Amino acid sequence: MKSRLLNSVVAVGALVGAGAVGATSAQADELTLCWAAWDPANALVELSKDFEAKSGHKMKFEFVPWPNFADRMLNELNSGGKLCDLMIGDSQWIGGAAENGQYIKLNDFFDKEGIKMSDFIPATVTGYSEWPKNTPNYWALPAFGDVVGWTYRKDWFSRPELQAEFKTKYGRDLAVPKTFAELKDIAEFFQGRDIDGTKVYGAAIYSERGSEGITMGAMDVLYSYGFQYDNPAKPYELEGFVNSADSVAGLEFYKALYDCCTPPGSSDAYMSENIDAYKSGQVALQMNFAFIWPGIHADAKVGGDKSGYFPNPAGPGGKQFAQLGGQGISVVSASEKQAAALEYIKWFAQPDIQAKWWSLGGYSALRAVVEDPGFATSQPYAQTFLDSMAIVKDFWAEPSYASLLQASQKRFHDYVVAGQGTAKEALDGLVKDWTDVFEDEGKY
Amino acid sequence: MSDTPIDRVARATPPAVAKRIRGLSDRAIAWLFVAPSIILLLAVNIFPLIWTVRLSFTNFRVNRPNAEVEFIGLQNYRRILTDGDIWLTMQATAHFLIWTIVLQVLIGFSLAYLINKKFRGNDMWTTIIVLPMMLSPAVVGNFWTFLYQPQIGLFNYAVGFLTGADPSSFSMIGSVNLAPWAIIIVDTWMWTPFVMLICLAGLRSIPDSIYEAAECDRASKWRQFWTITIPMVLPFLMLAILFRGIENFKMFDLVVQLTGGGPGSITELTSINLKREAFEKWRTGYASAYAVILFVTVFGLASIYVKALNKVKQR
Repeated sequence: MKSRLLNSVVAVGALVGAGAVGATSAQADELTLCWAAWDPANALVELSKDFEAKSGHKMKFEFVPWPNFADRMLNELNSGGKLCDLMIGDSQWIGGAAENGQYIKLNDFFDKEGIKMSDFIPATVTGYSEWPKNTPNYWALPAFGDVVGWTYRKDWFSRPELQAEFKTKYGRDLAVPKTFAELKDIAEFFQGRDIDGTKVYGAAIYSERGSEGITMGAMDVLYSYGFQYDNPAKPYELEGFVNSADSVAGLEFYKALYDCCTPPGSSDAYMSENIDAYKSGQVALQMNFAFIWPGIHADAKVGGDKSGYFPNPAGPGGKQFAQLGGQGISVVSASEKQAAALEYIKWFAQPDIQAKWWSLGGYSALRAVVEDPGFATSQPYAQTFLDSMAIVKDFWAEPSYASLLQASQKRFHDYVVAGQGTAKEALDGLVKDWTDVFEDEGKY
Repeated sequence: MSDTPIDRVARATPPAVAKRIRGLSDRAIAWLFVAPSIILLLAVNIFPLIWTVRLSFTNFRVNRPNAEVEFIGLQNYRRILTDGDIWLTMQATAHFLIWTIVLQVLIGFSLAYLINKKFRGNDMWTTIIVLPMMLSPAVVGNFWTFLYQPQIGLFNYAVGFLTGADPSSFSMIGSVNLAPWAIIIVDTWMWTPFVMLICLAGLRSIPDSIYEAAECDRASKWRQFWTITIPMVLPFLMLAILFRGIENFKMFDLVVQLTGGGPGSITELTSINLKREAFEKWRTGYASAYAVILFVTVFGLASIYVKALNKVKQR
C-alpha cells in the first residue's frame, strides 16, 4: 500500500513536472531576426546571447548579403511571409511597411514600457522610426546608427616627402580635407602614385548599379552642393530643386571624381568593393558607411594608427551634409510571435545593452551611450561618427521608394559611369522619372 | 487457355476493382493516366499565364495589398511600347542574341568538324571542350569578373601581352564600348560546346556511303562540304540556333553576375529590365504586360522558325 501510494505520488509529481516543463516550452519561442549579412550582424548575434539567457527564447538569424537584401526581404514582407519575426530593415522601407501594414505600430508598446524616442539621436528617430516623417508615429526602434563618411591613409598623409610635395603643388598641408574640392586635390595627388613599390589610386567611391550604391554615393556629395529633394514649401515639387544649378554642379563633381581618381575597374563598386580596395592598400581615401570603421581599425595591414576617419567635407557654398545609413528594428505584422519579438525590442532598448552593443562594434543610437563623456574618445572613429550623425540627410522613404531609387540608379550610372549625356540631362531625366512615380501615387 | 502476363495480371486483379475498371472505356482510362500531368500543367503554366494576362490590364502592385486595383485597359502596353528605355534594352538584347548565335554557330560547327575527324586524344579533347557548359552560370559570371579585372585579371594580362597595351588601361565590364562584348565573349565561351555537340551529332549521322559516292563522282572536298555536309547538318544547326536563341533571349544570371546591366544601362537585357520592374519597383501590372509582350515575341518568332526548320528537314 505504502509502495502504491509512493508510486502514485511520484506519478502525479512527474505529470505536474511534465506539465510545468510543457508550460515553459510553450512560452519560450524561437524568434527569427532578419538583417543584412555584414559585420554588425555578427556583433548582434553575440549580443543576443544575453537575451536568450534572460528570456529563455531562442534566437535564429537570417542574414542576406547587401546586394540582395532589399529584394529578398521586401519579397518576404510583400508576400506576408512568416520567416521574420523581427526585421532590421532599411530606413527607406519604413513608409511602405507602415502604409501596407507590414510592421506593427510601436507607440502603445513604447508608452507601456517607458521607451522614449527622445532618448535616441533625433536624426535616427526621424530616419528609422517615423512615418509619416516628423510625426510621432513609430514603426521601429533605432537599432543601428550609420552614415557615409571617409577613411584615409593617415600613414601616407604623414610622410614628410609627400607632405612637402603636396605643399609645393597645392600651397597647403596634406591634411584631412575640409571641402570636396580639397578632397579631389588629394585624390588626384595620390592617383597613379608609386608608394612602397605599389601603384596606388586616389579614392574608392560608390558606383554600384544593381541596388542603391551609386545613389548613396552621389547623394552624399549632392546634398553639400545644395541638392534638395523637393520644394520645402510645396512637397513633391521637384523642378528647380532636384535639377538646380547646384545639383548639376554636384553631379558633375561626382563624375569628375570618378573619372580622375578611382582605381581601374571601379564601375560597379559598393561597400565591400571599397573595403577591399582600401584594405589591399590600393587607395588613399575611401567613401563608405561608418559600420566599416571597427573592421578597418582592427585590420592588421591598414588598421590602428595607419588609418584616420573624417566626416563628409563641405560643398562650395559651405553646406555640409552626409548620407544617412542605418536601420531600425521592427516587429513584422505577419509574425505569430509578436509578444516575444516585442520582448526582444524591450531588452534591446536598455541602456546597458546599448552600451554593450557599441562595445561589440554596433553603432548605438541611444543618446545615453553617444553622449557619455567617454564616448568620443572610446574609439578613434567615435568623434567622426558623432560629427557625421549631426549632418545627415536621407533618401526618399515613400512607399514608392524602390521606383524612385531605381530611377536615380539608372540616371546616375548612365551619366557618371557610362558617360552618357550631361549632368543637367541626367537630373532633368530624374525629375521626369520621379514626377511620373508621384503622379502614379496621386501626389499631384 | 493462354497465360500471358496480361492474363496473369487480369486474374490477380480483385473482382471489385476489375469490375470498376471494366466499366471504363479505353479513352477514359487514358484520360485517367494523363489527368495528373494535365492538372499540373494547368496549375503551374496555363493558369499563371492567364492570370498574368489579366494583371497586365490593371495597375496592380503586389507590395500594395491595401490599394484598390483598377482596370486600366491597354495603358500598360501603350507605356511599354512608347518607352525609349525599353527599346534600348530590346536593342541590347538583339545585339547580344545575334552576336552570340553567330559566334557560337561558327566556332561550334568548326570545332565539331575538327572533332569529327579521327585523331589521337579525340575523346579527351571533346571532354575538355564541353567542360564550360557543365558549370553554373553564377560561377562562370563570378570567375570571369576576376578574369576581366583590370589590375589582376588574366584576360587583361593576355590582351596586354599580345597587344602591348597596359592591362589596367581598359576595363572590359566597366567600359561602354567593351561591356557588350564582354558578356558575348563569356556566353560564347560557355555555350559554344553545346552547339558543337549538336553539330557533331549531325555530322556523325551522315552515312559514309554518301561521301564515297561523291568521291566516285570525283567531287572535290570543297564541293562535298557545301553539297553534302552543310545541307545534312543544317537541320541540326537550326535546332541549335533555336535552343540558343530562346535561352539567350531570357539571359539573366550570367549578365547580372558580370555587369549587373551596366555600365549605365548598356548591358541591361530585357529579362533584367523586366525583373527590375516586377521585383524592385513592384509594378506588377506593368511588368505583367511587359512579360506578355516578350512572350508573344518569343512565341511568334519561335513558331515561324520551327516552321522553317520543318521545311528544311523535309527537303
